[in-house]
Amino acid sequence: MTDGSLAALVVLGAFHGLNPAMGWLFAVARGLQERSRTRVLQSLPAIAAGHAASVGAVALLLTLTRSVVAAQVVAIVGGLALVGFGMWRLLSKRHFRWVGMRLSLPQLAGWSFLMSSAHGAGLMLLPVIAASGTSTTGPATAHAHGLGHAAGSAVSAAIFVTGVHTLAMFVTAGIIALLVYDVLGLTVLRHTWLNLDRFWAVALVSAGAVALATA
Amino acid sequence: MALWKPDPTFYASPRDAVSAPPEGLAYVAAFDPSSQGPDAVLVVDVDPDSAGYGTVVGRTSLPNTGDELHHMGWNACSSALCPYAPHPHVERRYLVVPGLRSSRIYFLDVKKNPTAPEIAKVLEPEELAKHAGYSRPHTVHCGPEGLYVSSLGGANGNDGPGGIALLDHDSFEVLGRWEVDRGPQHLAYDAWWHIAHDVLVTSEWGTPSMIEDGVVGELLLGRRYGHALHFWDLRKRRHVQRVDLGDQHQMALELRPAHDPTRQWGFVNVVVSVEDLSASIWLWHREDGASDGPWTATKVISIPAEPAPAEALPPVIQPFGAVPPLVTDIDLSVDDRWLYVSCWGTGELKRYDVTDPFHPTEAGSVQIGGIVRRTPHPSLPDVPLAGGPQMVEVSRDGRRVYVTNSLYRSWDDQFYPDGVGAWMAKLDSSDTGFDFDSRFFPHGDDFGGLRVHQTRLQGGDASSDSYCYP
Repeated sequence: MTDGSLAALVVLGAFHGLNPAMGWLFAVARGLQERSRTRVLQSLPAIAAGHAASVGAVALLLTLTRSVVAAQVVAIVGGLALVGFGMWRLLSKRHFRWVGMRLSLPQLAGWSFLMSSAHGAGLMLLPVIAASGTSTTGPATAHAHGLGHAAGSAVSAAIFVTGVHTLAMFVTAGIIALLVYDVLGLTVLRHTWLNLDRFWAVALVSAGAVALATA
Repeated sequence: MALWKPDPTFYASPRDAVSAPPEGLAYVAAFDPSSQGPDAVLVVDVDPDSAGYGTVVGRTSLPNTGDELHHMGWNACSSALCPYAPHPHVERRYLVVPGLRSSRIYFLDVKKNPTAPEIAKVLEPEELAKHAGYSRPHTVHCGPEGLYVSSLGGANGNDGPGGIALLDHDSFEVLGRWEVDRGPQHLAYDAWWHIAHDVLVTSEWGTPSMIEDGVVGELLLGRRYGHALHFWDLRKRRHVQRVDLGDQHQMALELRPAHDPTRQWGFVNVVVSVEDLSASIWLWHREDGASDGPWTATKVISIPAEPAPAEALPPVIQPFGAVPPLVTDIDLSVDDRWLYVSCWGTGELKRYDVTDPFHPTEAGSVQIGGIVRRTPHPSLPDVPLAGGPQMVEVSRDGRRVYVTNSLYRSWDDQFYPDGVGAWMAKLDSSDTGFDFDSRFFPHGDDFGGLRVHQTRLQGGDASSDSYCYP
């Protein structure tokens, strides 16, 4: 893993954490409903766990595929899929639907998993994953050390990627949630809540393009 | 087209919404009493600094006859900010306008030209019948799964049950029947929710055969009109509990839940008691003030009938020798402090301070129209008025209150057989006073021969939006 991909992982994590739809807003709402900062703080790990599960599943799928298929194939197929998904997100008016405010913490984690998955949060990491393993866990080394070892390093790569990304997401979401809960108040949303869905879609398309370009 | 920033008419909390700027236009649902001409959505200028203040400045006539426009709602509102599926970059742009008699639903674009809304889509009754099995669409609320359209009647030859049709909030197509398990619920009227508690509430009027030709004396005295509230799980779409107000309390109509999402109470009006012709307001709440558990309802306001000579009364109530207040609408200010109560029979609009919702205190009252009193508007003191304050709408800041005077075509004709007329009035409401604005009184021919039923205020009002944050 290069410094560049590490930085990209952190930046993407922060970007995901920043998006109100990814959970910090839900944490704030749950806190406000009970007038309890503790409830904000309790909600954040559940949200991060759901996000990690969603991102981790994709990361694992990508690294495992990479351990048996040429990195180039993963980057090209994944990149095309990502560009397509991003374009659809950009042009479609559809948005994630869900009903229900009163969720237990496990349900909240489940909500976060679905929300992240529907938005393709894990997919956005494709270029990082595609680039990260080329020197250490590519098919060439996999053959040299056996498939078992390749799968093992694929799993540890996926865990590492997910961990760094989620940590950045968690810290960002936590800071914003507490800032909004304690200092700024929700009125700030009216003026500062940019349409992140569009940035998000553009980010998906860009991630796909980067994966394709570096394939 | 999605916006870059949240629609400026969306507010996260009722506290924020109270600071909304004053509305410039009001949209009024108006219908042709003869059913021969088209109904219309009228645009009324409500900006006091404008030259056209208090006049009809726009009119969108609909392409059909016999729709009987009634209530309207918005395609999107502050609930779009709710944290579990936020999508605040949609626009509050389309007025959803059901025809209560025709079961047709119009979608009017008020953005392109706010004073001349354009019809963007028409949903025919067959669509509603085919996909949801309902007819007579009544109340429209913008909510988490789409547009919730409470409908009074069944379809495909069935008089009932009435219930909620769910519409896609982008395409406006009918998604289907909302209820997964309706339990004992058969009658329908209004629907709203405690959105932060995943609770939906519905009320009861009657099926189409019980209401369309006027109130039916035998049904009323037989206590057959609605008298219960239904509580539902908003997530699972299942009936949870029926709360009976007592069958003497006929027609439990408008639901006004607290806007503050931490509160679990709301008001509902009962039109008439068959025991003494009084009207009442009930507070629904959790038993013993718990945050969970069973619901109950407590009568918190009772408004008595007023004795009147039989010759002053229309045939429908002549035998009783009294005029019932007929509370047909109530509205709760966004700050949950003031409750406005329309007495359509006696011609009175009452204001209650509901700071303590269990113990409302009357804090102002004005008279206008009425079956017996026929009180004129202060701007035209020599002209007796028929009809009474009916649908009430309150501005987001709570300072202005608008009323229109028609209830429902056949019922207007029963209670005001010499003509209900058409008028709209505005009141100024503050901590210290509650009275008519004498500069604002569109009436009669101003509406081009149509009767006026309900008002929606540009950008939202006290009965259009729900909030997920306190």
